[in-house]
Order: sequence, then structure tokens, then C-alpha cells
Amino acid sequence: MTDTEAAADVPTPGRPQPSGPPASRWSALVARVRRPGTPLGRHLRGLVIGAVIVIALLELVSPFRVSQITTLSYYVVACAGLTLLTGINGQISLGHGALMAVGGYTTALLLPAGLPFLVAILTGAVAAGIVGIIVGAAAAKLHGPYLAGATLALAVGLPGLALAFADTLGGEQGLTVDVPRPPAWFADAHFFLFGSDPSTTQYLAYIGALVAGLVLFLLANLHTSRYGRVWRAVRDDEVAAELAGLRLGRLRVLAFVVSAVCAGLAGGVLALATRLVAPSGFTIVLSLSLIAAVVIGGLGSLTGAVLGSAVIVFLPPLVTGLGARAGLSDVQAAELAPLTYGLVLVLVMIFAADGAAGLVRRLGGRLRRRQGPGTGPPRSGHDAAQESDDAARRTS
Amino acid sequence: MTSAVHQPPAAGGPGAAPAFAVEDVTVRFGGLTALDAVSLELGAREVHGVIGPNGAGKTTLLNVCCGFQRPDSGTLSRAGRPLAALAPHQLVDLGIARTLQGVGLFRGLTALENVMVGADRHRRAGFLAALLGLPRAEADRRALAERARSALAEVGAADVADRLPAALPYPVRKRVALARALVAEPEILFLDEPAGGLGSDDIDELAGLIRRLAERATVVLVEHHMDLVMAVCDRITVLDFGRVIAVGDPAAVQDDPAVAAAYLGEESARGDEGGTA
Ligand SMILES: Nc1ncnc2c1ncn2[C@@H]1O[C@H](COP(=O)(O)OP(=O)(O)OP(=O)(O)O)[C@@H](O)[C@H]1O
Ligand SMILES: [Mg+2]
Repeated sequence: MTDTEAAADVPTPGRPQPSGPPASRWSALVARVRRPGTPLGRHLRGLVIGAVIVIALLELVSPFRVSQITTLSYYVVACAGLTLLTGINGQISLGHGALMAVGGYTTALLLPAGLPFLVAILTGAVAAGIVGIIVGAAAAKLHGPYLAGATLALAVGLPGLALAFADTLGGEQGLTVDVPRPPAWFADAHFFLFGSDPSTTQYLAYIGALVAGLVLFLLANLHTSRYGRVWRAVRDDEVAAELAGLRLGRLRVLAFVVSAVCAGLAGGVLALATRLVAPSGFTIVLSLSLIAAVVIGGLGSLTGAVLGSAVIVFLPPLVTGLGARAGLSDVQAAELAPLTYGLVLVLVMIFAADGAAGLVRRLGGRLRRRQGPGTGPPRSGHDAAQESDDAARRTS
Repeated sequence: MTSAVHQPPAAGGPGAAPAFAVEDVTVRFGGLTALDAVSLELGAREVHGVIGPNGAGKTTLLNVCCGFQRPDSGTLSRAGRPLAALAPHQLVDLGIARTLQGVGLFRGLTALENVMVGADRHRRAGFLAALLGLPRAEADRRALAERARSALAEVGAADVADRLPAALPYPVRKRVALARALVAEPEILFLDEPAGGLGSDDIDELAGLIRRLAERATVVLVEHHMDLVMAVCDRITVLDFGRVIAVGDPAAVQDDPAVAAAYLGEESARGDEGGTA
């Protein structure tokens, strides 16, 4: 993602001339859509392409797969927020499962009050954001293992609140969530487009995908903006960042809050998707699998967060199924999933420290190079330095 | 050159407050006195050298000037205004920039992005504009990139804009770090061993650059490379064991017996080390 600045600074050739003939205006528009000149253009294009793919999937695959896509959507939301915090700003959090719980429980408590589910989910996100301010303010003063420990304590401790306030939060059993039915306008639109009524499962998946798409779009904007740049600067060198006038504490808290809001949104979608919020759904295992997804996908890359989430969501049922087919008992087969997690994580650390996203980038680069000239490897820094030296000597 | 558009600093006639002053600053690390009642006065557009043997307290002095080290006693002032409890993030607003001993680039950012961080105080768009990707944020990004490009060009590193620091040779990294400090358009620039690790061609070029910078800013040069110091500095402060042992123009400092003794002491110490090794 570090090449974004460079790519975006290339002046866009052939800007549409307001007075040009329609044909050239059209081709200029096509050119702009194919090669957007600004980050915003690229992100909008990604949003549209993603929406087309997701809609096609949701209409074509089985109900079981549709519900898996819903699961994927809340993992993507939480992991995108976490990669911003950990990969881009360099703060580790082992407590994002607990922040999801804040969002999930808030949503579950507000829905029976008759609030529209979107309002409930957004309120859950705000609640998680407020917790994020408090945790982030503490986190901004902590480093490495201390931060890991503090957020771990959050992950372990916060779900305990559900037991302490069993009357309102439902204790061990948790709270059941009434799933919103598809409203009439949605059903009509769906029928008009696809000739069938949407199932509730499909409706939930659309909600999840919408939230995930918007979150990815907004975080991509942040990532390519000044904030992405200074967050990475703070991550890489505190002293140099401070010399540049950056306020480390504020920037760290801001990253934590943005990340917590994402976790809260994810928790809200989880509440709708699983129809239940209970302490057992927000254990330390959830927090750790979020971190695993972010590392597997490639720290600091939003694409990586999506890929890593996909691994976390689709891999366990896959290996469990394979195990069962290979003649293992249910219990044994179920144990394969965490084992594969661990194995994948270790393999990623050894062979592709930049994760799945880095792997894809490198494969892409190799393909492009094989396709022909014009994209040769960049000149080495040394040559460039040599040249500038020569130039300077000539002028002096 | 951007000096044409740069505001000239207030004329520093006799009696005018110094652009920056350190008075009677003492810093102790446990039993060690790193700075002992050190004073330093910087005039407008002066190139001021700070030299001294290893461990003399040069970097500590810069740390005090930049708010990274709270002095145990003593005061700082900028253009006559006292600076109480200076914090690093206030530096840019005071028109102060600094390079670090070594390099200190952000390793995950390209050269251009590194310099853009240095230019960050020129941003206009806020968080919401960035979040929504509003044109304001994009205009900001382009403007900062533009500034960063011209700063890179000024230090002769325009063609490495899109490289990561790890892909650059050490001297080029130092140029990028210098550009990151310059791009903030400081009125006072602290350079901590900018010639460290450079070859003689690079050092000649650096000397030219420092002279050009002196047309629009005060430059404080902490350096071991004596030829460079003697060539570019208007005045020199010599530190030894945290104490100022000499202040004056290059010729006077060079002839000062106390300075010769300090460096001689260092050299004989080095000779001993070499002898025992
Ligand atoms: N944070 C610190 N804690 C304890 N001692 C310190 C600290 N920083 C510096 N010192 C000590 O203070 C003295 C001055 O150090 P300083 O880094 O200012 O020297 P310097 O003149 O910059 O040396 P060099 O030329 O090697 O860069 C040294 O003896 C150093 O060991
Ligand atoms: Mg030093």
C-alpha cells in the first residue's frame, strides 16, 4: 500500500473536456473508470466491483454459504479495524473480541425497544468507541507486552460483566436477538431484480455486506489520507514523528477509537447473524482469531484483512469436513480446525511475513513482469543516487 | 529556490533578541553531568557549529533545544520569548526543525511519504474529509506531495521519491532525512552529525546546501567533520564534558589552546585504546 502516493500523483491524462465531442467525453470517462486518478476513485471502483461480486454470490450460492458470507462480513469489519490499529499504527490489541461484545450487547438491548436495527447497530458502535477512548488512552501509554497484557485482561474480564449483571445482560445464557424481517421495499426490489422473495438469511447477508463494504471504503480513505501516513510514521519511529510535530498520544487514541468502532459494528452484525449474544460468543478465542486473521492476511493491508478473514471463516469447516470424511470422530475432526489455524499462522510467519496480501502482490508482480517489457524492475537506489550526485557536480 | 517567497527573519541588529537562546542549562543523568551551565545564543541566519569529543553533550544539548530533554535548571527562549516546558510537538509552530544523529526515517514509508510527514503542518483537511475522501483531503495530499517533491529536489534526491528507505544507500537516506526537516520551512534548523557516514563529494555538496539554507534560516551544526565545520560556520561552540570551553569564530576556536587540549586528550585516549587492543 506504500505505493499509493506515487500512483495517485501521476497526472491523469485526458481529463474530460467539457466542450469536447460526446464520443471523446465518453472514452475519457471509460479511461477514468478503468484507471482512476485519485484514491477516492479507486476506492469507489473497488466498492462497486465488490458489490457486484457479493450480490452475485448471495443470489447464487446455497443458504448455508449465504450465512457463511454473513459471518465473513462481520469478521471483515472487525479485522479491517484491527489491521488499522495493529498493522498501520503498530498497537497490538488482544481485546477486540470484548469490544465486539460491547457492540453486540448494545444492539441486543436496543432492538426490543423498537429501534430500527441500523440505529441499534450504530449505537453499539458508538458504545464500543467510547470504551475504545478509555482503553486507547491507557494503551497510548503502554508498549508491546504491556499493551498485549492490558488488552488481554479486557478480553478476559469484560464478558464477565454479563454474569455480574445477569438481570439485564442475561448471564451465561445471554440475550436472544429478534432478527429483523426484510422490509417491503427490500422484498419488492429483490423480486423485481431477481424474480424471487429474499430469505431472511439473504437479508442479513445483505446487511452484513453493506456494513463491510462501507467500513472498507471509509478505512481505505483513511489509509491513503494524511491519517494513514502519520499513523504509520508513529508506528515506525516515535522520536522522528514527534519532531515532525505529530502528537503521538492523540493519534494513537484516534486509531484505537476508529478500530473500536469497527469492532462494535462487527459485534452488532454478529448479534443479528447469530441471533444471540452470550459470553461464550466473545471469548478470548474470538480476540485471538481476529489477530490471527490480520496476521495471516498481511499486517496493515485492508485486502489482507479480507483474505485473512476468509481463511478464518472458511478453513475450519473445510478441514473439519475433510477430517470427518477421512474417518475421524466428530470430536477429533473438530480439533483439526485450531491445529490448522496454528499451522497456517506458522507457515505465514516463515514463508510470507507480509501475509496473503503480500503473496498476491508478489505473484501479481511476477505475472506482470512475465507479460513483457515496460514494467522492468525499478532501478536500484544506488544508481539513482549516483546520478543525482553527478548532476549536482555538473551544476556546481 | 524557494528563498524568494520565504519571509526574511526579523533583522538582528545589535541588541536585538537572539533567534534562539539557551541560558545556563544543566542536565544530569544520575551522577553524570551531561550539560553543565551551558549557554548558547543563535543569531538570525547564523550557521553555528557545536563541536566536542564523543560524549561531550552535543546531542543532549539538541535534545534540550527540542524539548526531548527537560533541563534540571536553566532557561530557553525563542526571539526573546521564554519557552517554559517546551514539548516536541510545539517545535513546528516555533519554526524549529531537527535531524537525528544517524538517519531516523520511517521505514514503512517511501522517501516521498517520509518528507510529506515533515510537511504535515501545512495540511488543511480534517478527519471527516479524510474519512469520506472529500476533494479537500485529496487537494491536501497533492499539495503536501508537491512540497515534499521540491524538498527532495533541493537535497538532490528527487529521483528516489517512491523508494523505501531500506532500498536506498546510506548517504541518500541522510538526504531524505534532511529534506524531511527542510520541508517544514524552519527558521531554526538543528542538524545532528549530517556528514556522518558521508564521502567527501557528499560532504562538499552538503556544505553548499548548508550555505544556501543560511540565506533563510539559522543552522546549528553538530559535527565531528572539522573541515565542514570550519568551512561553513560563522561561530562555533566547543563542548567538553558538558561544559562550554570555547565560543568564537572558526579561526579563534582553532587557535584556542583549551580546544586543542580537549581534542588532544581524546586523541591520546584513543591512542591508548589502540595500544591495548
Ligand atoms: N538518556 C541518557 N541517560 C543517561 N546518560 C545519557 C543519556 N543520554 C546521554 N547520556 C550521556 O550523556 C553524555 C553526553 O551524551 P551525548 O549523546 O549528548 O554526547 P554527544 O556529544 O552527542 O556524543 P557523540 O559525539 O558520540 O554523539 C554521554 O556520557 C552519554 O553517555
Ligand atoms: Mg551525539
